[in-house]
Amino acid sequence: MAEAQVIDFDTKQFIIFRLGEERFGIDSLKITTIDRMKTITRVPKTPEFIKGVINLRGDIIPVMDLRAKFNLPPVEETEETRIIILKLEEISIGVIVDQVLQTIQLSGEDIENTSSLINSAAAEYISGIGKVGGEIVTLINFEKLVKL
Amino acid sequence: MDMSQYLQIFIEEANEHVQNLNQCLLQMEKDPEDKDVLNEIFRVAHTIKGMAGTMGYTKMTKLTHDMENVLHAIRNDEIKVTSELVDVLFKCLDALENYVNSVVSTGGEGDREYKDVIATLNAILQNKGAAAAPAVNKAPAPAAAEASEKYVTALVDLDEFEQNAVNKAIDMGMNALKITIVLNKGCLLKSARAFILFQTLERYGEIIKSQPVVQDIEDEKFDFEFTVVVVSKEDEQHFSKELNSIAEVDEVIIRPMGRFNNGVAMEAEKLEKAETEVRSADSAESHAVKETETQEAAKQNGNNAARKTQRTVRVDIDRLDVLMNLVGELIITKTRLEGTDITEKPQEYHETLEYLERITTNLNDAVMKVRMVPIETVFNRFPRMIRDIAKDLGKEIELVMSGEETELDRTVIDEIGDPLIHLLRNSCDHGLESTEKRKQLGKPEHGKINLTAYQSGNNVIIEVGDDGAGINIDKIKAKAIENGIVTREAANSMSQQEAIELLFRPSFSTAEKITGLSGRGVGLDVVKTKIEQLGGTVEVETASGRGSKFLIKLPLTLAIYQALLVNVGSEKYAIPLGSIYQIYEWKAEDVKSVQGQEVILLRNMVVPITRLADSLEVPDSHTKTQNKLKIVIVRKGEKLTGLVVDSVIGQQEIVIKSLGKLLTGIKYLAGATILGDGNVALIIDVNSIT
Repeated sequence: MAEAQVIDFDTKQFIIFRLGEERFGIDSLKITTIDRMKTITRVPKTPEFIKGVINLRGDIIPVMDLRAKFNLPPVEETEETRIIILKLEEISIGVIVDQVLQTIQLSGEDIENTSSLINSAAAEYISGIGKVGGEIVTLINFEKLVKL
Repeated sequence: MDMSQYLQIFIEEANEHVQNLNQCLLQMEKDPEDKDVLNEIFRVAHTIKGMAGTMGYTKMTKLTHDMENVLHAIRNDEIKVTSELVDVLFKCLDALENYVNSVVSTGGEGDREYKDVIATLNAILQNKGAAAAPAVNKAPAPAAAEASEKYVTALVDLDEFEQNAVNKAIDMGMNALKITIVLNKGCLLKSARAFILFQTLERYGEIIKSQPVVQDIEDEKFDFEFTVVVVSKEDEQHFSKELNSIAEVDEVIIRPMGRFNNGVAMEAEKLEKAETEVRSADSAESHAVKETETQEAAKQNGNNAARKTQRTVRVDIDRLDVLMNLVGELIITKTRLEGTDITEKPQEYHETLEYLERITTNLNDAVMKVRMVPIETVFNRFPRMIRDIAKDLGKEIELVMSGEETELDRTVIDEIGDPLIHLLRNSCDHGLESTEKRKQLGKPEHGKINLTAYQSGNNVIIEVGDDGAGINIDKIKAKAIENGIVTREAANSMSQQEAIELLFRPSFSTAEKITGLSGRGVGLDVVKTKIEQLGGTVEVETASGRGSKFLIKLPLTLAIYQALLVNVGSEKYAIPLGSIYQIYEWKAEDVKSVQGQEVILLRNMVVPITRLADSLEVPDSHTKTQNKLKIVIVRKGEKLTGLVVDSVIGQQEIVIKSLGKLLTGIKYLAGATILGDGNVALIIDVNSIT
């Protein structure tokens, strides 16, 4: 082999999305698909951050409103609003985000552990802070987030 | 050793054999002299032993081995079949079943050894008299006699590449061996056994060639023998010892090979060489690749083995073919639709659409059929159960089953077992009189329990009947009054049917249990709840002195049913049509209130009503301000309830889908369905609405 390809196992790909002014990241391996906003059927007797369910190619998928979960004020949906469908272990769930921005590669040293840095409602669901160039993205631990 | 890829096969087959054993033992109990049944039992026990041995389940092997010893002694007329003996065999069966269940849930056979059962088996053998002592070890080895025969696969031919490999190995001071392995004729899971042998071989050497090729061996495309050429540091004796220690191997013939010289073997092989065919050089390589692939696959399976084995349905291949054809049709029609212009050829377009509709309907039926399982799978454990109960109670009971071939949806099959067990027990315990009493009454001594299943329209009916004393209505009423469920006056004015309904009250059954009063009612509420969850109903027929009969009515399938779509506010909900009684338009001012509960007076019946908008927290409903209310009257068990909706959309066939793990157990909802426009509508669980 002429060119040996170096695979860095520490590097993970993250999808960066926006919620208000803040940027968040999620491990791309957990994402099934990213979809445009579609009609959400409200399900009664569920917590407020469960927006309802959607039909994703014949499967019924619950959809979570991240803004509500993080105590952010609600906004009108726009052309940019997306539903990210995640597969976490055996549960599929959609999360509504304001905009999907890009994918980035983060290696171990780009990620900083945080416990004391943040004091928002989101704090306990954060698995780390990623540094991309000069910017900062918050990496979310969705497994924890989904545990209702 | 990694056997996980055979685990599923093992479980399926073991279950079948255990079931078979069950039936045979019941047969044996009825007719202890029947040699055919005995032989069948022997065969099954032997088969299970072989399978368990292959999979490395030593405890199971041990148990079946001891069972075999006893069976063998019976076969040789050394032991008589007695009811105690059958009891012991049943215990063995239970033990085997537990082993299999343990395999299903954990992948291993578990720790229990059933020493008591094994001890009893051995005790039976000891007692049969000294004459029959050597009943041990009849693992059949008749094939050994024919060992000297030439085996076809021994005529293995090596191509140049392989010969070089052999030569090289010999040059390096290693041994090249041609090993022909003959498996026992009774060997099950031949490929699994071969897999073990291959693993053993690979532990000590390298396989250069196998005849037939590995792929064929894996697919069981071989008789009972195969030949491999191995190069190894170990010698002949070592291999002989290792290979012969593996179970179900009848014979191992090992021959050392010499150097090849221009395609001709120097030694022993010369004769055989003459009649060989040439193989392509890459076959060795490709099969080496195969080998690594299978091993990797095996490893992956191993990782998965920790997780529980999946639930499966066995499907008739014809049904799959139908499905295939329909999907083919679907694709053709889709292509036709694409090619048809709706404005130019509207006629053709609509024809195609109609055709499409027909196909989807058929497809629906076909998929449903795939999910259908004969109720036999539930029924066939009952004879044994009834036998045990009868023994416990000291009654003579005959179970007559019919309609085992009736098919039900898989989901129903999984759930229906417990309620049926409940009803059968009930019939045995409370329904049938004791043998003495039956004699006094001039009835046949053995009580009869009928278990019948049949299809009726879109429903399946299961009947559990007995020819016992029937339900004592007065006793029920007395009990109900005593427990304060009804007043004396109410009880006196009750019809027979209403009184029987009392049996299904939860509180009623508990009281019965505690006092141990004979009569029906233990846990019948559980039965009723379960059946209703499955969308079915339970009815009771009884005649004093002649017995009683429970009728369970179940929908053919749970996955697809007719539903009424309604609007509540701007949201759409589906109500199962089966539970709808009537739809009314009601003047808002005619709704009365009784103790805070809204009711309507429907033909002199007081029917409570529920505003769905309130129950379901729908924000934008107008029912509060409307002066005419749309009320869907539904049956909730025997009672009626009115559901107030904004408007009725119409009837539609819906496919029920689960809301998923995250949203399980939401009150009032039975699931969700996808509407024609792709949106989701929720299905209302009529039984839980208040």
